[in-house]
Amino acid sequence: MSTGLSTVSYLGATILFILCLGGLSNQETSRRGNIYGIIGMVIAVLATVFGPHVVSSVGLPWIIGAMVVGGAIGLYAARVVQMTQMPELVALMHSLVGLAACLVGYTSYIDTSIALGGAEKTIHEVEIYVGILIGAVTFSGSVIAFGKLSGKIGGKPVLLPGRHLMNLAGLLIVIYFGHGFLNAETVSQGMAPLVVMTVVSLAFGVHMVMAIGGADMPVVVSMLNSYSGWAAAATGFMLGNDLLIVTGALVGSSGAILSYIMCSAMNRNFISVIAGGFGSDGGAPKKAAASGGGEPAGEVTPISVTETAELLREAKNVIIVPGYGMAVAQAQHAVYQITSLLREKGVNVRFGIHPVAGRMPGHMNVLLAEAKVPYDIVFEMDELNEDFPATDVSIVIGANDIVNPAAQEDPGSPIAGMPVLEVWKAKTSIVMKRSMASGYAGVDNPLFYKENNRMLFGDAKKTLEEVYAALE
Amino acid sequence: MSLSIGVPREVFPGEKRVATVPDVVEKLIKLGFKVSIESGAGERANFNDDAYRAAGAEIAADAAALWASSDIVLKVRGPSTEEVGLLREGGTLISFIWPAQNPELMQQMAARKATVLAIDSLPRQLSRAQKMDALTSTAGISGYRAVIEAANAFGRFFNGQMTAAGKVPPAKVFIAGAGVAGLAAIGTAANLGAIVRANDTRAEVADQVKSLGGEFVKVDYEEEGSGGGGYAKVMSEGFQQAQREMYAKQAREADIIITTALIPGKPAPKLITAEMVKSMKAGSVIVDMAGEQGGNCELTEPGKAVVKHGVTIIGYTDLPSRLARQASMLYANNLLRLTEELCKTKDGVINVNMEDDAIRGLTVIKDGEITWPPPPLKLAAPPAARPVAAPTPAAKKASGHGKKGEPMSPKAMSIVFAAGALLFWLIGAYAPGAFLGHLTVFVLACFVGYMVVWNVTPSLHTPLMSVTNAVSSIIAIGALVQIAPPLAEGVSRPGEIIRWLAVVSLALATINMFGGFAVTRRMLEMFRK
Repeated sequence: MSTGLSTVSYLGATILFILCLGGLSNQETSRRGNIYGIIGMVIAVLATVFGPHVVSSVGLPWIIGAMVVGGAIGLYAARVVQMTQMPELVALMHSLVGLAACLVGYTSYIDTSIALGGAEKTIHEVEIYVGILIGAVTFSGSVIAFGKLSGKIGGKPVLLPGRHLMNLAGLLIVIYFGHGFLNAETVSQGMAPLVVMTVVSLAFGVHMVMAIGGADMPVVVSMLNSYSGWAAAATGFMLGNDLLIVTGALVGSSGAILSYIMCSAMNRNFISVIAGGFGSDGGAPKKAAASGGGEPAGEVTPISVTETAELLREAKNVIIVPGYGMAVAQAQHAVYQITSLLREKGVNVRFGIHPVAGRMPGHMNVLLAEAKVPYDIVFEMDELNEDFPATDVSIVIGANDIVNPAAQEDPGSPIAGMPVLEVWKAKTSIVMKRSMASGYAGVDNPLFYKENNRMLFGDAKKTLEEVYAALE
Repeated sequence: MSLSIGVPREVFPGEKRVATVPDVVEKLIKLGFKVSIESGAGERANFNDDAYRAAGAEIAADAAALWASSDIVLKVRGPSTEEVGLLREGGTLISFIWPAQNPELMQQMAARKATVLAIDSLPRQLSRAQKMDALTSTAGISGYRAVIEAANAFGRFFNGQMTAAGKVPPAKVFIAGAGVAGLAAIGTAANLGAIVRANDTRAEVADQVKSLGGEFVKVDYEEEGSGGGGYAKVMSEGFQQAQREMYAKQAREADIIITTALIPGKPAPKLITAEMVKSMKAGSVIVDMAGEQGGNCELTEPGKAVVKHGVTIIGYTDLPSRLARQASMLYANNLLRLTEELCKTKDGVINVNMEDDAIRGLTVIKDGEITWPPPPLKLAAPPAARPVAAPTPAAKKASGHGKKGEPMSPKAMSIVFAAGALLFWLIGAYAPGAFLGHLTVFVLACFVGYMVVWNVTPSLHTPLMSVTNAVSSIIAIGALVQIAPPLAEGVSRPGEIIRWLAVVSLALATINMFGGFAVTRRMLEMFRK
């Protein structure tokens, strides 16, 4: 294949990738978008393999072998993964991209066949250095994120003393060794600084994600998504490959936008999320208690399964607000049963999804889709927040901070100003919880003590199944 | 020892309500009380003695027997002089009292060493008190009934219709005062299909009016009319002038006027003058819900419906009683909630806890000592101050992406541009051409990515992430070109290591590639309408 053909193929692949991301912007076109992506990827790989840069006779068996093994593992993982485990899978996959970027960077560095001089050599080496750095941070960060999401590592933020200083020191070390790396005459001389930098970056990635609390996970996952894109873009610079650059930039900016959306959904800025988990300001929650006129006191009103069914039967408008608790309890199918039963009876059942509900962007939507809840009754917070006053019953399943009225009512609260679903404005709100523990933000929830709120204690799945039985 | 609750028959002429209903009787008994009902007490609200008996109440033959045997008496209207005479020494009475208007009654009851809870003195601004707020539930019923009375007296349809016999325009209803009664009237009239306009001196109720399907008519004059406690206050002369003009205009246009304007402790404001009544179309209807306090209309005759200048003016003072069954049910529930507050131990004994803000406000006589008016509430902020304290605007601004707050200030903007220009100049001056080409592509791609992704539906965030993740496995290309590129003559390289590293990274990227696309496909399959 000539250089011209291969370039045109790359251009085609680029367009297909853009169409792919564009197609994902709404449900109607999303499936087509995914197919564009697949076609783009096939074209890109074929154009590379048969392009002017690869000697097919020697490399082909290796390539086919690697792709068959990798492809088999990938397809297997995609088949067996539970929808509730999506965040873990995505995090794990980010780590693979990071690791691959690292390896490609190292390979490129030890490849002596690339002979460059002067500014070009310096730039190439900077590209390698930066590429490996981003790759390493993505890799270790994603592995820790995977650990946290799958519960292998505790969800609480781990805050080391002087962690900002440590990060700063890490940065200085990276710059210092970068200098040494650029001045190295031979590959073996440059290897030492490169390895040191890699280790520091890995440590930085671990440290960064360890310090982030469970509730901030959606930000982290989308941020790592962004990093994996930047890693690919850096690799593209390193290898002088425009397709890599474009694709990497597309992925990188899309991840960055997602992170921004997640942050604004929590009314927090990006830096503060990255810099540390909730409560990292030390006295913030205590201050809230002092200025807010004490803890929200009062007694909660429990409700039984039969009473819940009674309320639902008499309701005309119901809004269900799911949270991470629904994912943990695997309650989405029970939710769907109740929903379809109520809808048959003419009850207007809708779902209200907070942007950061769950552990990754869009987590709840995927779970509800898995349970066959039609997507046209699933709404975003902004779409139905105004409808709560006209709602008879709102049901909160395993969510806490995203329905906390303190965010609006108590300026001293650590989550003050965060947009929340105003479930308490419904005639009756029912909160399903396992116990009276507070949410990830560690903030008590005045919702529970509201006059029109009822608490339905117990495991979400079991309780919902009982409600369903009572409704029938 | 459990106390006994007694519910007598209401003696006020025309009063049909009753202070408790069979459903509530059961719940009171569960709280540990004994309940007795005077025979025929619920008759006019369609609750017969048998229904009460079935619920577990005893039926007392006459009022004297009932009052004598009851520790706590629940009533709707305040007691008559005879009834006060029947009240047990040291007994407890819960009913409407209106202590400010009835000082003599207060003295009489105090003389009986009674404890009296006036349901009308409830501190309504406590959100905890809402479940006991009989004024609100009663006002809601009145508002509904006012529209029904108006419809009854009005000679036309409420809703507009297009019939074979010709076009019927919808009735125009104007409602003065958008308190609870006014809002209930707005909702009812709008549901019947009328065009509803409403006015209130408190500007903050405009949204509530709109939410019920009414149109809020503003008085063309700046003044805030919230007087604390959810009531309106007396307005300035200039305002009243502007208000009169507005009312005169509405009177000419409207078919039906319903007035609900009340100022606590004062006679009702005269909003509708005789002039305005004359200007109304013949057959129009005015329902004056403030009849008991003298009426909002100059021509109102309290308690009666009269026709003057061709306009039917309804001044009934017993609107809730005209919906006796409903009113009794709601009132009984209010009293049940109050009883629950008084008897937290559920053992049939009440504790009039004067430390409790709600109870303190309700209790106008405690063991023969007049405790009315209560001291002002400690922590309750006046409702007018609430919108200021609530940081809702901040939340509004932060919610919803797609709009990025406010645009940057010109100064910040110029700094950003200057820094950008400097950076570009540096790169242009020193970097080699090939790098610049890549940089161009990179920067443009970032912008394309931004534009493409910005509008993505939040529900597709997860599939988007998994597809971008699959797409980022494009890094496989990097590995592919490294495996075995054609080498120029005489150039050597550590081929073995490179090949292994490249193969491993290729395999890793491929896992991602296949896994990412497959899992995205699986997810998207699930999104069905």
